[in-house]
Amino acid sequence: MHGMAYRKAKNHLMNLVMLACTLAVLIPLGLIFFHILKMGVSSLSLDFFTQIPKPTGEAGGGMANGMLGSLIMIGGASLIGLPIGILGAIYLAEFGGSKVSTVIRFGADVLSGTPSIITGMVAYTLLVVPMKGFSGLAGSVALALIMIPIVLRTTEEQLKMVPGSLREASLALGVPFWRTSLKVTLRSAMSGVLTGILLAVARVSGETAPLLFTALGNQFWSRDISQPMAALPLQIFSFAIAPYEDWHKLAWAGALVLVTVMFVLSLTARFFGRSRHSG
Amino acid sequence: MLTDSTGAQHSRQRDLASETALRGTPETENILQTVTKREKEQAKGMKGDLVFRYLTTCFAFSILAILALMLYEMTGESMPSIRAFGWKFVSSSDWDAVQGVFGALPYLYGSVVSSVLALLLATPLSIGAALFITEIAPARWGTIIAPLVELLAAIPSVIYGLWGVLVMAPWLQSTVQPFLIEHFGFIPLFQGAPYGVSMLAAIFILMIMVVPIITSITREVLLAVPLSQKEAAIALGATRWETIKMAILPYGKSGILGAAILGLGRAIGETMAVTMVIGNAPNISLSLLSPAYTMPSVIANEFAETTSKLHGSALMEIGLILMVVTLIVNGLARLLIWSVSKSANGGAA
Repeated sequence: MHGMAYRKAKNHLMNLVMLACTLAVLIPLGLIFFHILKMGVSSLSLDFFTQIPKPTGEAGGGMANGMLGSLIMIGGASLIGLPIGILGAIYLAEFGGSKVSTVIRFGADVLSGTPSIITGMVAYTLLVVPMKGFSGLAGSVALALIMIPIVLRTTEEQLKMVPGSLREASLALGVPFWRTSLKVTLRSAMSGVLTGILLAVARVSGETAPLLFTALGNQFWSRDISQPMAALPLQIFSFAIAPYEDWHKLAWAGALVLVTVMFVLSLTARFFGRSRHSG
Repeated sequence: MLTDSTGAQHSRQRDLASETALRGTPETENILQTVTKREKEQAKGMKGDLVFRYLTTCFAFSILAILALMLYEMTGESMPSIRAFGWKFVSSSDWDAVQGVFGALPYLYGSVVSSVLALLLATPLSIGAALFITEIAPARWGTIIAPLVELLAAIPSVIYGLWGVLVMAPWLQSTVQPFLIEHFGFIPLFQGAPYGVSMLAAIFILMIMVVPIITSITREVLLAVPLSQKEAAIALGATRWETIKMAILPYGKSGILGAAILGLGRAIGETMAVTMVIGNAPNISLSLLSPAYTMPSVIANEFAETTSKLHGSALMEIGLILMVVTLIVNGLARLLIWSVSKSANGGAA
């Protein structure tokens, strides 16, 4: 048996080790933020939001086409992914037998654990090959494949938190089950469901790998979803690995915009999540 | 009112209706109409329920359909490569699109080495940080650090890559790698020239990326440890560290292992950040300073511009291997984490 002094000293030592671990975790991440802020703010200008990239060698330009392309593709992905995710979640929460639900839940977890580049490959074989060309639509589908499991799991959890008495009250008033599900159960879980949707949107807004061989990217304005489409993360990627100082600056500015958007989405999601618990 | 809607009243309504219909008074028409309208509405509601049920069932099962379709497509597209190369695909390192010969060993090697080493570095740090947040730091610190760590887990990988290639790799090249070569150059791990972009850079960036994930899951696992476990240790006079070592860690063991494996799954599939810092050279080198290549990176770099059908098929086979590996790794992790949260809920499924 060790003496008390030894045990206390060891306790202090381990406290310090754990503090050091925490610092080792936070310092690189702090550095990343520092650089994004420093480089991003100094390279951000109004042009960034209004211009398309300039040809190689010319200074200036922006990523406006990438931001538009990202918006269009995220919109498309939401149109495909949200109904599947939400209605699937209603099945799991309201109808599913325990075994079937477990299998579907496990499938959703597997799907969300699949590397995002794989969803890009699948969208490529399903859409790019038959349509004989890269397209924003294929990009949307690849992003939707990522959104579906996230929306499904968060929505299901929220629906399960709605008390059964609420459903019973509605059914007792003679409201059909489907209207009860949509107008009572889903509506009262709405803030939580919104949280899940926002988190899913935040997640796909930064995805790059699934777009590499679906949307491909575009140097110019692109609004047609049957054509190759620019996207903000794709532009950050190609500008970061290019050997030009000016392009690096644009990439930093893009990173600042992307991180800001994601943080706003996450904070809004948190806000919705919190208002649910207090209200 | 007659428009009440419980079953009993409804049948009474119907009796009343048939009675009055026999009598043939002027109100009859009115009541009859109400009744048939209600019945129609109810029939519509039931039909609606049926449609609704089928619809939601379809959407829920579409998850499984999507998974099956993904596996089917990937397998189908990889068949030409599987037939052409068989097991040689994973044991050969000839990757020549011009000659039409494909062996994926350098990519497998790069993926395994980078993610396993990143995990070995990240796991102890994450456990230490999670313990600090949950057990040692004042509760208020925890409520600040924990959401911060979760936000960090949400940063897109292309941004880690941007930082890695423009800030970290030049720093490694100018400072860390020359230092390692000078002082540890006798170890094969640290021989060669300082390129900056290298296996070492990939390991570091992966470590930075998986740490927030492992930390936040480990934190959840630690929070699920029952208070009675801790109190028992404290009542026996254990110091804080002894409580952690004897009561908390053993209880959360499998959950923490699950968190680490989940981090491994993330690291293996990580594409953008690694592609940007690893140097993309298909080397199998003991040295951590030399550039390397991983499975997702080669897909990212070559898939959009394949030179032949076989080339595309070989990349598909790499994708298939990647998918199966992450499937197994993630499945294992989920089972471990589930087992902990189940036992924390008192065995209730």
